[in-house]
Amino acid sequence: MEPLTWTGAVGAFLNPVLGIAVTLLVVALIAQLVLGLFASPTTLQANPDGTLAASGGILGKIETAMKYLFLAVIALILVYLIAPLVLPYGMVGIIGEMSQRFLPVWIALIVTFTISIIYKRRLGLYGKLFDSTVGMIGFGLVMFWVFTALFVSVFDLIATHDYLTQVSGLKNKAPGVAVPDGTAGDIPHYLLGGDNLARDIFSRMVSGSTFVIAIAPLATIFAFMVGITLGLPAGYYGGLLDTILSFVANLILAFPVILLFYLLVTPEIVQTGIPSYMAAFLFVFPLIFFGVLLNSRYYTQPQKRTAILVPVLGILGWLYLSVINQKGTVIDFLPAWFDLFDITILVVFVSVVFVNAPTVFRIVRGLTLDLRTRDYVAAAQTRGEGAWYIMLWEILPNARGPLIVDFCLRIGYTTILLGTLGFFGLGLSSESPDWGSTINEGRKLLLIFAHPALPPAVALLSLVLGLNLLADGLREESLKD
Amino acid sequence: MGLFILRRFGVMILTAFCLTFIVFWLTNLGPNLEKLAKTQGNARMSDDAVVSWLANRGYSQPLPIKYGQWLGVLPGYVIDGTDGEVRARCAGPGEAVEEASTFCGILQGDWGFSTVAKDNVSAVLPGRLANTGKLMGWVMLVMVPGALIVGVLAGMREGSRTDRTLSTASIVTTATPEYVSGVLFISLFATGTFGMQWFKGTASSAVENATFENFFLPVMTIALYGMGYIARMTRASMAEVMTAQYIRTARLKGVSFPKIVLKHALRNALIAPFTVIMLQIPWLLSGVVIVETLFTYQGFGWELVRAASNNDIEMLLGVSVISVFVVLMTQLISDIGYVYLNPRIRIS
Repeated sequence: MEPLTWTGAVGAFLNPVLGIAVTLLVVALIAQLVLGLFASPTTLQANPDGTLAASGGILGKIETAMKYLFLAVIALILVYLIAPLVLPYGMVGIIGEMSQRFLPVWIALIVTFTISIIYKRRLGLYGKLFDSTVGMIGFGLVMFWVFTALFVSVFDLIATHDYLTQVSGLKNKAPGVAVPDGTAGDIPHYLLGGDNLARDIFSRMVSGSTFVIAIAPLATIFAFMVGITLGLPAGYYGGLLDTILSFVANLILAFPVILLFYLLVTPEIVQTGIPSYMAAFLFVFPLIFFGVLLNSRYYTQPQKRTAILVPVLGILGWLYLSVINQKGTVIDFLPAWFDLFDITILVVFVSVVFVNAPTVFRIVRGLTLDLRTRDYVAAAQTRGEGAWYIMLWEILPNARGPLIVDFCLRIGYTTILLGTLGFFGLGLSSESPDWGSTINEGRKLLLIFAHPALPPAVALLSLVLGLNLLADGLREESLKD
Repeated sequence: MGLFILRRFGVMILTAFCLTFIVFWLTNLGPNLEKLAKTQGNARMSDDAVVSWLANRGYSQPLPIKYGQWLGVLPGYVIDGTDGEVRARCAGPGEAVEEASTFCGILQGDWGFSTVAKDNVSAVLPGRLANTGKLMGWVMLVMVPGALIVGVLAGMREGSRTDRTLSTASIVTTATPEYVSGVLFISLFATGTFGMQWFKGTASSAVENATFENFFLPVMTIALYGMGYIARMTRASMAEVMTAQYIRTARLKGVSFPKIVLKHALRNALIAPFTVIMLQIPWLLSGVVIVETLFTYQGFGWELVRAASNNDIEMLLGVSVISVFVVLMTQLISDIGYVYLNPRIRIS
């Protein structure tokens, strides 16, 4: 097999066109930025016949030009992505084949966006997201990786080779290299080349997404449970409780994150069992949260409360015990048939929750301090509602706006933290395809072979960027109410 | 004001004690000490040998006593070892046990002995700190003015195209952690892959002789990540000030737009970013660790990684004392600075 080039035969005449369009777009953008500082902003002018005309002058012209240039660039990129579906294998090179591999993701994205945009008026805050361009781009990037993780892990699509298989002769080979006969996976090329152990970089990159997509949101949810359960009473009651909790939170925050990771995430610490104890402590908070949440709502109707509380706490308790109970660690008391799963990277999970929880605590505490002086809280107090009812059913729903925005940002930050752990080779096996570890593998030979480290770096960047843009869009739309 | 500073100081010292104790506890856990004994002594030591190696060097004493000795409030150990050698905590290499002082802890200015660098911690750290100081100085020089300019330009006309472009750009930089931008920079500008080999991929030569060629990439890598955040804060603050009544008055008076921005808005808009910049310094600390590892620049962060991966207890403690001090000092300065800069708080 011939090695693939980046854009193949189609690229030969499409590349110059795209190059010109992009150059013009960049020039227009810079011109606009510079002119924007001097020229008067675009204003609307009302004509006598009742119509409006934009009198933007040169700035308005550049804006129009930019719009068309942008559309042209998008259209050209779409050609690169769609052409490989109809052309034979390899005609659009590496880019085309990658697009082909991501076909299920494209379909899922188009379906999601179409349905969401059609019903956006009925979908609350989620629907409003589709009014903001930034929010839509962010949501698209995030969902791209969510679908990729889903299709790779559940349906075994997208990845072209096994992410652990080494093929001799492909060590550090450049993108598009052909694999020797008899070793081909789904396609006869390594799309993004081979890493320093001759494994397929493209497959490792898409497999790495499952790790982040599975761990980051879950760890953030746990951090939020801890932060909310402790932050609400600290802000609501104040006093000694607040002083102590705030001191502890500030104590953890004063630790440089990397020092904490280096101290906590080592095989020696795992031996002592500290991560297991921390897990036992941190993961009990969801139980407390849901227990108190439901109890404070239904305690006047004991029968209904018991009917709801028993199954909820039963399931959560079982999950809790399964998570903290690990074979071969200090907490290992459950019979094997009762233990649902073992998490091999418990220490990574725990330390990420531990680092994030104090910040969430501070945010929730600050919001509670502000909201507890509101009239509806006074009304609830006059009605004789319990303190926990007020905190969880009056204050918390009203603090949801900033919390949802922070949730998105925090998933991004957790992704960065997981990458940091991988980058320093802490807690994860070196074979793990997660992005941090792959960057760490790649950086050792970075000055000689740059290509192994770039795909995971770009992937991580795009996911975090997506989350940040999503948070920005959500903030903008939630402020509009 | 005096009482406020005093109280903050008290909390600071309490925090410092708690943090160093936690680090001390974590580094002195059984498996960590065993690893230390095996790396320092002999990798194939038997369990008994490990126990006596640790006992001879004072590691088997109870934790509070060890911590007291490290602090300098308890007399340092003098142990008549099972191998016949007498060792004292306060006796440096080559010093006789009888001549050693009784107390030697951080309070006496003795930071201990680094088992990896084979030198006193107080001899190693200042050099590393100076290197990091050089890096941070350049980062601040690039980051702060850059972020303020971007933030002010974006915030002075909220919602304009300039604002949207610059805001998106700052989101992109905050979404790029150092290990991603560092890797991108190195492969773009320090290798021949893209035909732009303009800079050096390592900064190890920058310790002696920092040039544009070997220092630009590490500085930019740290500066970019912090820049977006400060720029966004400045933008928010500037946008808020621009809607204030006195700005409208100035406009109605006919003051030109540049003058409004520079003379009326800027001073008030820069109060909030000051706090953010100060609080950003501890964040830069983790960036420094990543960048110094990536570019093999022998500074404070590089030393942290080396000490932590070898369980070099006293060096790690020294590193954490310094980083905790930096974190708490910046918090204090930002609190005081905020009060001082804001006339509304200062005068009332």
